[in-house]
Amino acid sequence: MNTAINLMNAAILAGTPLLLATCGEILTEKSGSLNLGVEGMMYMGAVAGLAGAWYAEQWFRQGGILAVLFAVLFAFVVGALGGLIYAVLTVSLRANQNVTGLTLAIFGTGFGKFFGEILGLKAGGFVSVNAATKGAFGNIKMGALSDIPILGTILFKYNWMVYFALLVAFVMGWFLNKTRKGLSLRAVGESPGTADSAGINVTRYRYVAALTGGGLCGLAGMYMSMVSQKGIWVHDCVSGYGWLAIALVIFSTWSPMRAIYSSIIFGGLTVMYMYVPIPGLPAAIYMMFPYIATIVVLIITSIWQSKEHAQPAGTGLNYFREER
Amino acid sequence: MQEIQQPVVENVVEMTHICKNFGTVQALKDVHLELRKGEILSLLGENGSGKTTLMNVLSGIYFPDLGDIRVKGVPASICEPADAFGLNIGMVHQHYKLVEVFTAAENIVLGLPGGTHVNRRALSKLVKEIADRYGFNINPDKKIYDMSISEKQTVEIVKALYRGADILILDEPTAVLTPQETEKLFDIMRAMKADNKSIILITHKLNEVLAVSDRVTVLRKGEYIDTVDTKDASVQSLTDMMVGRSVTLEIDRPIIADKKPVLRITSLTCVSPEKARTLNDVTFEAYGGEILGIAGISGSGQRELCEAITGLHPIAGGSVLYQGFVDGFEVEENLVGKTPNEITKRGVALAFVPEDRLGMGLVPSLDMVDNIMLKSYRKNKSFFVDRKKPQKVAERLVRDLEIVTPDVFTPIRKLSGGNVQKVLVGREIDSEPRLLIVAYPVRGLDINSSYTIYRLLNEEKEKGVAVMFIGEDLDVLMEISDRLLILSGGRVMGIVDPRRSSKQAIGLMMLGHEIEKKEGAAAV
Repeated sequence: MNTAINLMNAAILAGTPLLLATCGEILTEKSGSLNLGVEGMMYMGAVAGLAGAWYAEQWFRQGGILAVLFAVLFAFVVGALGGLIYAVLTVSLRANQNVTGLTLAIFGTGFGKFFGEILGLKAGGFVSVNAATKGAFGNIKMGALSDIPILGTILFKYNWMVYFALLVAFVMGWFLNKTRKGLSLRAVGESPGTADSAGINVTRYRYVAALTGGGLCGLAGMYMSMVSQKGIWVHDCVSGYGWLAIALVIFSTWSPMRAIYSSIIFGGLTVMYMYVPIPGLPAAIYMMFPYIATIVVLIITSIWQSKEHAQPAGTGLNYFREER
Repeated sequence: MQEIQQPVVENVVEMTHICKNFGTVQALKDVHLELRKGEILSLLGENGSGKTTLMNVLSGIYFPDLGDIRVKGVPASICEPADAFGLNIGMVHQHYKLVEVFTAAENIVLGLPGGTHVNRRALSKLVKEIADRYGFNINPDKKIYDMSISEKQTVEIVKALYRGADILILDEPTAVLTPQETEKLFDIMRAMKADNKSIILITHKLNEVLAVSDRVTVLRKGEYIDTVDTKDASVQSLTDMMVGRSVTLEIDRPIIADKKPVLRITSLTCVSPEKARTLNDVTFEAYGGEILGIAGISGSGQRELCEAITGLHPIAGGSVLYQGFVDGFEVEENLVGKTPNEITKRGVALAFVPEDRLGMGLVPSLDMVDNIMLKSYRKNKSFFVDRKKPQKVAERLVRDLEIVTPDVFTPIRKLSGGNVQKVLVGREIDSEPRLLIVAYPVRGLDINSSYTIYRLLNEEKEKGVAVMFIGEDLDVLMEISDRLLILSGGRVMGIVDPRRSSKQAIGLMMLGHEIEKKEGAAAV
């Protein structure tokens, strides 16, 4: 029982950055851009978040909430900057989406590691946020709720970002399915020509989606540096979570609501080797589980041939109105 | 003579001196167009004459390089589709602009301003109201991918009306409709005209022009030719304007005396994955020096027949015997169970022009030379490909068939439909077949291109090739075929002599009635 609860806790904690990045990528893909640079944007967000918190501490001589605000702001803006690079190249200059995304993944990884190193040098060899900031990213107590046996431990004892990520997923689900702007965004992703002839500004929608998606990936990266690594710079802090998020988009069949439980499943699969070790089964095999699950989902959805639970038809294609 | 009070003619759209270039191609050269209030104007022209381009200019898809547009007397600058809506101009594109995974109602309100939240129930009601007003039959909550082509078209028209369009552009709306659906569309168009809306109908079907429109504007090769009143026009006069010279509208049917059997099909049966017989006990022969027409309602087994002969479709039973030279000996070769590659390797001179030109026939992103090479590169034993020979063939085809293309290195997808078909037919004929199968060779083609294709098929027939012509236009089939085979539900209803059969009798056979001599069909 304890193992199950511990695994659940760990799965939710590991699943949160996945959920944020997946929501970001779903938004981007729903607008018709296949941005494979999630890993890069997460690295950019990771280092920017840490830098934001550390500089805030230096400027205001205190940590805590203020440092958190700066971390969020920096991570989102720098993540969005990654999205901006992508949007300029693919939407305005009509570069190949796959190549641009892969390049962004490499660029962002380098960006993160480079500035992480500089940040370390600035901080005198080793960068670390103070205890107050660490505490603000730690688990929060919700009074009586957290004390409910089992349920309290499973639901009400996490850091604020867990609840924030859930909120993002709910809001995005509502936005995509229930609002007029969401309908327009999906139209842009499904059939940009149709959207354009219906008077929707394809370029603007794709830019906003790529920037917001990039910002969310940045926040996911910030989670890795501030929560998972507890406010210090570790070179491999993102460690492939960006690629997992891209797989998760497929696993959750482009739905932010389904992304909630799929990210917990994926989070669980990534940490399972620590909680349910099978003697003789190396950890590397465990690491394959999320990808195997993705392949299975890909096969199932392709047998299914549902048009709704598939990648938006216009994803991967750049749009040019006067193309003949 | 009685003096008639002429009503003041109000032009809702005036386009003058419109020019548009795409790279080095001049798509529109100084074109004019006037649309009056409450009229149906046909915009007539062959493929590539600039009809759609001109209308795309009016609906904001393309921005003209030169020219003035006045809408309701006011100079208008239409930079993007939203500007066109603002002027109440709506266009129904030939390739429908609909989001497949959305419902009809969602597609109709797409991009319109309104509250943040989409109230789907209120929306459906609103759409239903508009549909009822004009007599459309539409289910607002049905997804587009579940719809038939005619339903999709209805959604497009309602979409334009919902946006308040009183100038409606219809781009070849009847190309994919059955005669009954077409008649219904015309009724709706007349109802809209009575409602004082103005309609531009893009088409190259002359009978439609004469049936429904008030005036006709003719374009040719991007140039404005003339605008005439429909009541003063005839099929012949419009054709001459469209093509630029006098064309005879009769199809030749040369008679070849020496007919050798080329293909002998016996009891051919094919079964679908759902275990239904798509071809049922099909038996016939095709002779060199004749055109065997194959008629039938679409989906009667035409596709399966073509693909079974060419080795693309599994065969459940029966035989397909090709009579000709294999390895230098005149033998009968059974094609059942052979792949297309094996069939070619055995020396069977078979050529196939499939219905889906850009899907099965040609590779859209490759140029003419490479597409021609696809058919012949295996003969080349060298490690490197030889582009010289196919290039010569391509250049000859461009010259002989009057293919309009910047050069032979332009990707096929940039060519217009008629030119694509000329490339395909030209390539297949170039392989010097003894059996030529063509499926719907003139679908979507204008008159001039269609007659070029008919001429090519007749030339092949005179060379002694056995031509199988799968068609949909019964008039054409009856004019060009030496014998006409009628398919219905995968079965051969009969093979008749089209010269001695009535259209009604053949129509009945297409609906599944067995051949009856009394009814005016003459068996062969």
